[in-house]
Amino acid sequence: MKEYVMGNGAIALGALKAGVNVACGYPGTPSSEIIETLAKYPHEGLHLEWSVNEKAALEVAAAASYAGARALVTMKQVGLNVASDPLMSLAYVGVEGGLVVVSADDPGPISSQTEQDTRRFADFARIPVFDPSSPEEAFEMIQDAFACSEKYKTPVIFRPTTRVCHGYASVEAQERYQPKAFAGFQKDAGRFVIFPRLSYKNHGLIEKRNVRIGEDFSSYRYNTIEGEASEKAVLASGISYMYAKEFLKDHPKIRLLRIATAYPFPEDFAKKALSGVKEVLCLEELSPYLEEQLLKLAGKHALSLKVCGKLTGHVPHMGENSADSIAAILQEFLGIDAPKGGRKITDLPSLPVRPPVLCAGCPHRASFYAVKRAMAGQKTYYCGDIGCYTLGNSMPLDMVDTCLCMGAGVTMAQGFSHVDGEGKAFAFIGDSTFFASGITGVVNAVFNEADITICILDNSTTAMTGHQPHPGTGINMMGHDAGKISIEKILQGIGLEKIVTVDPLKLDEAIEAVKECASVRGVKAIIFRSPCIAIERSGKTCSIKDSCINCKACIRQTGCPALSLSDGKVTIDASLCTGCGLCAQVCPVHAIGGEGDE
Amino acid sequence: MNKDILICGVGGQGTVLASRIIAAAAMAEGNIVHSAETIGMAQRGGPVTSHVRIGETAYSPLIPLGQADLIIGFEPSEVVRNLGYLKEDGLAVVNTTAVKPVTASLSDSGYDGKEMTDYLAQKVSCIFADGEKECQRLGSVKFLNILLLGIASGSGRLGLQKETILGEIEKRVPAKFREANLKAFLSGFEIGTKKEEDKEP
Ligand code: SF4
Ligand code: SF4
Repeated sequence: MKEYVMGNGAIALGALKAGVNVACGYPGTPSSEIIETLAKYPHEGLHLEWSVNEKAALEVAAAASYAGARALVTMKQVGLNVASDPLMSLAYVGVEGGLVVVSADDPGPISSQTEQDTRRFADFARIPVFDPSSPEEAFEMIQDAFACSEKYKTPVIFRPTTRVCHGYASVEAQERYQPKAFAGFQKDAGRFVIFPRLSYKNHGLIEKRNVRIGEDFSSYRYNTIEGEASEKAVLASGISYMYAKEFLKDHPKIRLLRIATAYPFPEDFAKKALSGVKEVLCLEELSPYLEEQLLKLAGKHALSLKVCGKLTGHVPHMGENSADSIAAILQEFLGIDAPKGGRKITDLPSLPVRPPVLCAGCPHRASFYAVKRAMAGQKTYYCGDIGCYTLGNSMPLDMVDTCLCMGAGVTMAQGFSHVDGEGKAFAFIGDSTFFASGITGVVNAVFNEADITICILDNSTTAMTGHQPHPGTGINMMGHDAGKISIEKILQGIGLEKIVTVDPLKLDEAIEAVKECASVRGVKAIIFRSPCIAIERSGKTCSIKDSCINCKACIRQTGCPALSLSDGKVTIDASLCTGCGLCAQVCPVHAIGGEGDE
Repeated sequence: MNKDILICGVGGQGTVLASRIIAAAAMAEGNIVHSAETIGMAQRGGPVTSHVRIGETAYSPLIPLGQADLIIGFEPSEVVRNLGYLKEDGLAVVNTTAVKPVTASLSDSGYDGKEMTDYLAQKVSCIFADGEKECQRLGSVKFLNILLLGIASGSGRLGLQKETILGEIEKRVPAKFREANLKAFLSGFEIGTKKEEDKEP
């Protein structure tokens, strides 16, 4: 039976077909739907979890693999940074059952902090990487990745990019899946306990093995040659291959190579495919990885081959490619005058900008607003973190001074407190991020006597990535109620003396709590607790009464997208408003009421 | 069949359901379909698009510029933003109700979509519909996507049977909203057929 699924769904179905026994991950766009899809399809016998972070996910999977099970680990590219500690060592130790780490790259970047290239990570760790260029391929290739991992007893990286993860296509879905049968863990300290001499020995073996894998990959079914022999050729990978194919369908004579296994580089394949070629253009996103491999190849074999791409200015270093950008680059490289291209757009009216904002009624807006009001006029440091609440940076809230990486808010606030005893340092961190990487930062603060106020924005979900459960919400991916882990108790356990829990939508109380915490020294925490509007719909709305003096304070102070001006008058869009009542508490003449008004 | 359909709007307007229904209907009629959607940070009130590509040789998940047969626009300025994708003889179905971004409200810039619809009327072949008014009649803004889908279907440019689309709608909406969605689709279909007839010389 064929099903129309997202690329991430195709990866999940491919893994099920490969008999995956354990799947772990941490949510991150564009990878989150893999674990979610596994949960939706029949998966009896599969252990499925949202791990607390990517490092934990990989370690859980590693042990399962040592026992002979097939294990899948999913994350976005920055998650791989978190998982890099176990990954680097695991590369030396190797695996027993197939272990595939899906690390989804995000050229653009569309929803990420970095434009890093996971293929480089694979090279760095000396482990194979697969790079699909469509959802259909992803479905097939993830199965190949498991087979490769098991054959060579190495972890394997599978690297889709956003357009593959979020593209839709039809792939095969089965009524039921058979998890792989496996032998169980065989104790072998010489193999599974990493020691310097083991790493030394395995380092040599790994380099030898990688040559063999490169030879294997030279006949891999997704490393392909199309078109005729020509002096100018094109090498593409991932989604760029599809863009190139789209353009070259009208120019079938041009030779198009595609390399789906960037590392270990399929040298024989490339050498054969490029014989007779004088100039090759590399089309890839993120880093010029394949381009550099060709440069090495040309040097190693003294080929007279000109290699064009990012390093020669033919292709931009940053951002994602598109069908149109690739078409333009190819036209120039091949000297083709193409009739295609968009319609001529002239005298375009100026378009409204739409930066992403916190949703109407989002409790984070109220939390930020309470801190802003409480601290008005004082010197402050607002350290943000990764999640929906990064959007607290937008006007008019303007409440995020720094954002670096997951969990950094808590620790960066400490840095500011140590270099400036006067200013008040705040950390804003979401509930899921707190569990993922906030707790150790709080321990650090207490031990090193920082003076910070930690604001935990607890909306009882992992909102940004599509509302995944986490340790604070109780129900896990196996569908079991594991009990909610209490943030308050964790903080008490660490030794915080001041821990206040407030409902951010009760503005006065929230402001009071902030003032109270900011006025004492040491490590303090405020838990702003109110559910994400997307998981708990209130059904309420507020409206503007006739007594409105049109001062626009509500819009200017909250910036709620449900508030807007219509013919110069403030109105509330009832389809967006959740009746959170924040604007009503801001209005100086109490002109906002309605169902949200008690 | 080869068809490229671009659906655009603002995060939260229900563009995704519309694109899934079109894709499913096209597959039900035996076509190969690919589509791509905006997901993640950009969804939160930002511009969103879905590219639906029907046909065997549609390799790129995104429609190349100038190749969309049809744009289904949930918001007038978003249609203008994506106009470059439309074929010379393509059609745009446009909801004239503007979604005002917070930035516009903060700066009193007074964006109301009028300038956009004027521009579109001048430049391309369009079917306009006052989504707000139509939805009031239908009882909820939740039906905007099905209404616009109805218009697109009525215009004949989807190249899909009305019955196939209706079948896919039925599969995807909860039973208690089935009647209302059917009504939304049919009133859209009527607008679409009528407007396309008006255009005949
Ligand atoms: S009550 Fe006010 S602040 Fe809250 S969602 Fe409605 S308009 Fe926005
Ligand atoms: S703050 Fe109150 S009085 Fe001022 S515009 Fe808003 S509703 Fe009207």
